[in-house]
Amino acid sequence: MSEVSLTAIDHSTEKGASLKQRLLRAEGSYRRRSMLLIAPLLIFLLISFVFPIGNILWKSFDNPEVARALPTTLLALQDWDGESRPDEKVFVALVKDLKTAKDEGQIPSLIKRLGYEDGRYRTLLTMALRKLPDDGVESTGRALIAQSTLWAEPSTWRSIQRAGRTLTAYYVLAAFDHQVDAQSGDIVELPKGQALYLSVLMRTLWMALVVTLLCVLFGYPVAYWLARQPSSRANLWLIMVLLPFWTSLLVRTAGWIVLLQNGGLINHSMIALGLIDQPLQLVFNRVGVYISMTHILLPFVILPLYAVMKGISPNYVRAAVSLGAHPFRAFWSAYVPQTFAGVTAGALLVFIMAIGYYITPALLGGPGDQMLSYFVAFYTNTTINWGMAAALGSQLLIIVLLLYWVYSRVTRPANPAQRA
Amino acid sequence: MNHHSTLIERLWAPIFSVFSVSMLIFLVVPILVIVPLSFNEGSFLSYPLSGFSLRWYQEFLGSQEWMRALRNSLIIAPAATLLATALGTLAAVGLARGEFRGKGLVMAVLISPMIAPLVIIAVSLYFFFAQLNLLNSYLGLVLAHAALGVPFVVITVTATLQGYDRNFSRAAASLGATPWFAFRKVMLPLIAPGVISGALFAFATSFDEVVVTLFLASPAQRTLPMQMFGGIRENLNPTIAAAATLMIAASAVLLLLMEWLRRRNEKLRGASPA
Repeated sequence: MSEVSLTAIDHSTEKGASLKQRLLRAEGSYRRRSMLLIAPLLIFLLISFVFPIGNILWKSFDNPEVARALPTTLLALQDWDGESRPDEKVFVALVKDLKTAKDEGQIPSLIKRLGYEDGRYRTLLTMALRKLPDDGVESTGRALIAQSTLWAEPSTWRSIQRAGRTLTAYYVLAAFDHQVDAQSGDIVELPKGQALYLSVLMRTLWMALVVTLLCVLFGYPVAYWLARQPSSRANLWLIMVLLPFWTSLLVRTAGWIVLLQNGGLINHSMIALGLIDQPLQLVFNRVGVYISMTHILLPFVILPLYAVMKGISPNYVRAAVSLGAHPFRAFWSAYVPQTFAGVTAGALLVFIMAIGYYITPALLGGPGDQMLSYFVAFYTNTTINWGMAAALGSQLLIIVLLLYWVYSRVTRPANPAQRA
Repeated sequence: MNHHSTLIERLWAPIFSVFSVSMLIFLVVPILVIVPLSFNEGSFLSYPLSGFSLRWYQEFLGSQEWMRALRNSLIIAPAATLLATALGTLAAVGLARGEFRGKGLVMAVLISPMIAPLVIIAVSLYFFFAQLNLLNSYLGLVLAHAALGVPFVVITVTATLQGYDRNFSRAAASLGATPWFAFRKVMLPLIAPGVISGALFAFATSFDEVVVTLFLASPAQRTLPMQMFGGIRENLNPTIAAAATLMIAASAVLLLLMEWLRRRNEKLRGASPA
């Protein structure tokens, strides 16, 4: 049926159409009207959402700075053998490009970009710009090399060539703590002091995992307890799950600071009770982030699990017990397996949400508790290194998409809405 | 219920109840501790309380910054809700009309704003809006917040439509109603609970949103959550508690509305043959 092509409707054959054709036509126009209803939202999201996000994937390879600032230099370098000192015309082209770039205000982005290849190029360019050789000079090349011998090294020019390509793997490599070595051109690991992102990635995944486990560990029994309460009472208890669910994240964050800070309610009470002498550091560190993230995400485990558990008949456990199983064993082998799908779905959902967290670690964590999102924001707003922001963002996005794909597989049989 | 009550089981049940109730308390405590502080006389956001005062509410209502933030939130959230609800409801109605090729993909696109990490949405819109001159504008924020709210509308309305008997629409059409008239007079009143709860979800999404707003708004468009973010980060004073208490009251109202709608919707479902 879905083979009907929408263009098959031809009004000139209206009269002689068979019943089958007319049916197909009616079906086609019905479907077209359905599409028309969906189209506004679809177009809105494609433009304002899917396209910008796709753009960010592309931006992690986009490399316009050098190509825009040094066009003639790159052209002149095409004839260069890549081994020896470049010809005089390359140096002349460079000086010409630098002058134009200076007039057009492209210098800061150029210096920044070449600095990513090798930090020394920053000073090299700054020096050259401070004293650009005049047109009348006997040899532009010699004048530049007199400033710095780096200009005589082929690796400098190879770096310019590499950075001058319109697409670069630099940001994506950096997101995995690798770089292209300026001298040899090989892909190498970043030196220990500079490597950062793999550990940030691992930290992000680890923190999300811990929060997910905490949520399941605490959420499962609560959902089970709620499911065994009589319906009217359960609904009242559920308010305690739903109120935080609906309350602004920032309100809850402020609440946790009040509770956890050094002079906060928890430390205050524990000191008053004589449990501790010194206040415990509970916030602006990992503990605070774990507590509040678990708090925020717990309803996402409790609510779906409660729904699943409400639908499980108690007869299975009763049957197991009547057959002689210990109640705990009966619960474990007759009840728990029926909730596996719900647990997996809830856990995946929490994990997917947790790896994208930004606000909570930013407000309740220390510098060592920031997750991937923080660095994406940092590179966008603070250092304005958009390529890096895009590469780290893409990393996060791809992980989330993969996990969501798994999630949709896991939940599919339980979700007839998409099949109906 | 269980007739095999052993000693362990008898001890287990109260332990289990105590654990569950304390977890539920854990869920509400951070919200509840804020409320008394907003009526506290002292000027620190910490216990013990020193005396009753409404000064922080006065401070909140008298502060130009907080009032502007409140006003901005009350401009942006309803506008975003309206856009998300209109587009989302139409799309859900279209989706419920039947199968077509690529429906899974379309559904994935419509749900995607709910799945993508907020920071990524924020950064991509930042780049995109920079090119369109939509940064630091109300329009940009409304569009962004509407996109974030759309999935909730689509999901709730789709769920409600499953309980809608299509024969009502067919009857209206056979009596000569135009599709638009039949939608407005027959279908919409019946699915209204779903549409309104979708709208409430969209409203709450926009009203609480901070990450995307942080990237796209200038101080002139600063919303309530953004103002609060700055307050928590820079100077934690009881005005935040007053603002938070008002936001908690707003959430409680939203929650009650949702609960009421859910019951109505269940009734509707119970009444329909589906």
